[in-house]
Amino acid sequence: MTPELGHGAIIVAGLLAIYGALVSAIGGRTGRTALLESAQHAALGVFGLVTFAMLLLIYSFLTFDFSVRYVAMNTNLQTPYYFRITALWGALEGSLILWAWMVALYTLIVILRHRHNARELYPWVLTTMLGVAAFFLIVMAVPAPPFERMTPIPANGRGLNPLLEDTGMITHPVALYLGFTGFTVPFAFAVGALATGRVGDRWITLTRRWTIVAWYFLSLGLLIGGWWSYHVLGWGGYWAWDPVENAAFMPWLTGTAFLHSVMIQERRRMLKLWNIGLVIMTFALTLFGTFLTRSGVIASVHAFTQGAIGVFFLSFLSLVVLVSLALLAWRWEALAAEGELDSVVSRESAFLLNNVLLVAATFTVFFGTVFPLLSEAVRGVKVSVGAPFFNQVTVPLFLGLLFLMGVGPLIAWRRASRDNLRRNFLWPIAIGIVSAAIIFAAGVRSTLAVLTLALTVFVTATVAVDFVRATRARLRMGEGLLPAMGGLLVRHNRRYGGFAIHLGILVIAVGVTGSQAWSLHREATLKKGEAVELAGYTFQFAGLAARDAGNHFLVESTFKVTNGNIAPREMRPAKKFYPQEQSPIAHVDYRLGWVEDLYLVLGDFERDGSQATVKVQVNRMVSWIWIGGVVLTLGTLLAILPDRKKPA
Amino acid sequence: MKGLPLKPKFVAGIAVLALALAYMIYAGVTQSAVYFVTPSELHTAAKTGKAYRLGGMVEKGSVNWKPATLDLRFTLSDGQAKVPVRHHGTAPDLFGEGRGAVVEGTWMSEGYFQATLIMAKHSEEYKAPHDAASPGYQELMKSLRSDQK
Repeated sequence: MTPELGHGAIIVAGLLAIYGALVSAIGGRTGRTALLESAQHAALGVFGLVTFAMLLLIYSFLTFDFSVRYVAMNTNLQTPYYFRITALWGALEGSLILWAWMVALYTLIVILRHRHNARELYPWVLTTMLGVAAFFLIVMAVPAPPFERMTPIPANGRGLNPLLEDTGMITHPVALYLGFTGFTVPFAFAVGALATGRVGDRWITLTRRWTIVAWYFLSLGLLIGGWWSYHVLGWGGYWAWDPVENAAFMPWLTGTAFLHSVMIQERRRMLKLWNIGLVIMTFALTLFGTFLTRSGVIASVHAFTQGAIGVFFLSFLSLVVLVSLALLAWRWEALAAEGELDSVVSRESAFLLNNVLLVAATFTVFFGTVFPLLSEAVRGVKVSVGAPFFNQVTVPLFLGLLFLMGVGPLIAWRRASRDNLRRNFLWPIAIGIVSAAIIFAAGVRSTLAVLTLALTVFVTATVAVDFVRATRARLRMGEGLLPAMGGLLVRHNRRYGGFAIHLGILVIAVGVTGSQAWSLHREATLKKGEAVELAGYTFQFAGLAARDAGNHFLVESTFKVTNGNIAPREMRPAKKFYPQEQSPIAHVDYRLGWVEDLYLVLGDFERDGSQATVKVQVNRMVSWIWIGGVVLTLGTLLAILPDRKKPA
Repeated sequence: MKGLPLKPKFVAGIAVLALALAYMIYAGVTQSAVYFVTPSELHTAAKTGKAYRLGGMVEKGSVNWKPATLDLRFTLSDGQAKVPVRHHGTAPDLFGEGRGAVVEGTWMSEGYFQATLIMAKHSEEYKAPHDAASPGYQELMKSLRSDQK
């Protein structure tokens, strides 16, 4: 009965969402508030019903209702209860419920926050949000029903993919989906702006926080995905330019571009068309990414369920793009700029270049990802481009962006004078050049590493110059040091939040560069008692043990790790044997460090424990990536602090 | 253009950047293109030194693994043609005989495919859980457990 109830709730929610979208639009055109109120009730109903459906699916998981196909495929009797809850988003159908629920939740928050402060835009925002929710509900009603029954009812389920039994996999999809769905809100406001012709700054001011929040969750999702890949998959990497990763990275790039270009519109009333275009593109890319990864048109190592939903996503994507283009054409006149760029050496120019580079990176990633499709269509051969292509083309773009990160926030608007340039950049550039020399003298020969590190120092120096100067100004006003610094952060939270996010990105850049340049690995087969050496560490194979670990069987090896300075420690890379899986799964053992991670993966072994093959890695600077994520989080929190009322 | 507040020097700058990007993409593609082939296709048009991604089934009984030298050899087949593959190092977890695998590498003039990367295919189909009570599984667990100290 429960599954039918859930399926019914989804269908009713879908109809309600369509109804709400329509009456909201009519309400917007006719100005009848009763219709708008009805649409709000519909949105509330959609949220209630989707919540209900989601709880029913969780209930089915907790009670092992294997008559539900989705439950039977993603759990078995041995799955612990917390993974039974998170198995909700362990595969496609449940992910869609979560996705629809998030859209419904965002819709409610939009209603609460904006029904009074965005009168004209609001009906169209509501229409768009409910329209997007309706799409997801239709997908769940027709091609990917989460509550589909399974006959005969299996005695036990298949079990969650063991690779997903990890905290990273509990949080990664949630963050990623919050980011993806979060971009629905700025998109909805952009549609509202176009529909009403109010394409000024209002919609941008209203959606600034929304965009930052969506952008942050997307960043977090990408980082957690990298962390999961790093400590679960056992290849020692965190990013592989896989189509699925690229699909999430593209909207991140355009979202980042948008966060920057809005500042030019706010300040100079330029780039209106560009900004609306970026938001539409970002939203379209979230749909495109889902289409790409769920339709099976591009082969990926991520084993996702494929099916008819590709057609649905492609149709919806086409609808979104066509409607957006039509609206843009309709409002073309209103989107003209009111100002003009003056000088090449100006903040506008730096931001414009930042946008050009980010869009170029997006295009590169897009091109590389769909290249197999293109080459097959054009030349009839299946050709793909791998990580070398993406690195080769995007790295120069990213280096350019790093440089601009130092220039953009400090250079003057309109036209930078020589004095402005000297005041802001003389010291940072000098420090950057000196640090490049020091890094080179210290023995770093990778050009890329020297460049990245020197640019990092340069950007950090610009932030320091700005902060010190502003603090001094406050000190002269007679404030104490700490109140001056604190007041600066709170009063100019948006600026310094942005700086903190930049620092977070720099820390990540250092981590990525360092790990690419200095990580070491080797593989060896060891008899019991034998050791392998790497980077000054000795890894001695001390034996194998096996035990029952609940829902799987664990074969654990023991390695004694020593180097000259530290006390010997033990590491235990293992292999997990799941009864439902055809092959064992490696369980990585790692020790994270500030500079070096030790990382062991057990390969093949003799049953009697006399011999084992092991992959040994000393990964350098990887932890900086995760630390950068923390800095980025703090910066985001600072940036979205509510605006303080200026004291009289 | 009305929508773009750009003077000619900006348009020229962006055009230069776009050309540079086009060149980088072109160079990137020519340098790192990898061709998807089946074993039959590889046999008809194998060129040494060119990067391929070869997909097929791992032939039953073909896997030969020498732990001491980390030397892995197996045969990939598409039902018509067979290609001997060599790889240095352990295969990924999902690799096994009778299953699909994709290998990346080059065709060697000595008559084998030198793989630098093995990607095992995760089976998408529903597999009945293998019976934890079956003799084979029990024996495996027993032999693993016997080493416990």
